[in-house]
Amino acid sequence: MEIPKTIRIIPRLDVKGPNVIKGVHLECLRVVGDPQDLATRYYREGADELIYMDIVASLYGRNNLLDIVEKASDNIFIPLTVGGGIRSLEDIKKILRSGADKVAINTYAVKNSDFITQAAKAFGAQCIVGSIEAKRVGNDKWEAYTDNGRVETGLDAVAWAKKLEELGVGELLITSIDQEGTTRGYDVDLIKKIAPHVSVPVIACGGAGGPEDMVEVIKNGYADAVSAAHIFHYNKYSIQSVKEVLRENSIPVRIAD
Amino acid sequence: MKKIHIIDYGYGNLFGLKKALAYAGADVSVSEHPEDMSGADALILPGVGAFGDGMAEFKKRGFEDAVLDAAKAGKPLLGICLGMQFLFEKSYEFGEHAGLGIIPGEVKKFSVPQEPFCKIPHIGWSALVPPEGDDNFKGPLLSEIKPKSQAYFVHSYAGYPENSVDVIANTWYCKSSIPAVVAKGSAYGVQFHPEKSGKTGITILKNFISLT
Repeated sequence: MEIPKTIRIIPRLDVKGPNVIKGVHLECLRVVGDPQDLATRYYREGADELIYMDIVASLYGRNNLLDIVEKASDNIFIPLTVGGGIRSLEDIKKILRSGADKVAINTYAVKNSDFITQAAKAFGAQCIVGSIEAKRVGNDKWEAYTDNGRVETGLDAVAWAKKLEELGVGELLITSIDQEGTTRGYDVDLIKKIAPHVSVPVIACGGAGGPEDMVEVIKNGYADAVSAAHIFHYNKYSIQSVKEVLRENSIPVRIAD
Repeated sequence: MKKIHIIDYGYGNLFGLKKALAYAGADVSVSEHPEDMSGADALILPGVGAFGDGMAEFKKRGFEDAVLDAAKAGKPLLGICLGMQFLFEKSYEFGEHAGLGIIPGEVKKFSVPQEPFCKIPHIGWSALVPPEGDDNFKGPLLSEIKPKSQAYFVHSYAGYPENSVDVIANTWYCKSSIPAVVAKGSAYGVQFHPEKSGKTGITILKNFISLT
């Protein structure tokens, strides 16, 4: 089918303290580099947005991510999404004041689903990204997890995605815990179960090993946007080279000027 | 340095906008009080959210007359996203609401085909194209912007000028043509977020600053 809009490429920076880190299945974390250096490189290469995830915030409280975002927003002029440990409207206000445009909410949405509706009302739905960490628990069945894949919720991930849409999120970020950090490709089945069945854009995350994996999750999973960390952090591909492959596969992308 | 004033009526995240304007070379001020905008060389009317609620708050804070007077006096004005929609006569978002009426026309929900990828809100990057029949953009706001440059949009409604001459650029999303840049006199409106549209957006902000 002809894709009637541009698909966004979104590098994801998992941040712990002053560093960008990366793991496998959201565990075994290793330091990758400096957030500002990476973010600046991705912006120059033509990233369409950036996602910052405060990887330990849910567990140990907030760190200095706001300083990192504030610095980024001085010279990086694309949408910035910040997630991790958001528990109040005040938290969201602080994050937006640092220069972020959207917040991604997972754990606290599960604990208190009214919070999503309140947040969307206070800041606009476009500002609230529903984040789901999904683990495959059977054939065509996924469970939603929180706290970076550590805590099970008992929620069916696909049903939870639709519920988040109802509650008022403006976008969904769907991370496959099984695929995350493996570079073995996205969980296309999972994305396909959600993206064409909700009215809000879906960002596929977890497992990208190369541009071909993105082509697959876009063409077969109908992802509206794709996020990746490993392949960009370790310089396996530049944003540009990924976009060239997508273009060759008739997927419209933005070529930055 | 040109003084660019951002009108803060409580709707919208102004921090990114402030930083982008500073980067583009402006002396930026932000205020919730209409009297603070009198010393500015140009005004920015930002905004996200629903038209009716936003406009009610905008009026409550006494901005309506102040902005209309400034526009009449020829002070450059740039409406962004919801702020662009405010420039029109009327919006049909959750009922019927009057706008500022600076640009004849209406704000309506746009329609997209029922198929994968065609979501509302329209969130993402879309190309700016000159109105049909033109090869390049007219007017100073898009000076040096190449046709098909992309900008970042987040919206479910769009402003449609009554007079096609008020449209400076359109965009295409899911087979729907949407006005992206409108202008009338010294008033300009952009449906996208120039502060989040990379180099293209910064160039547009620079162009706006040099209008003064």
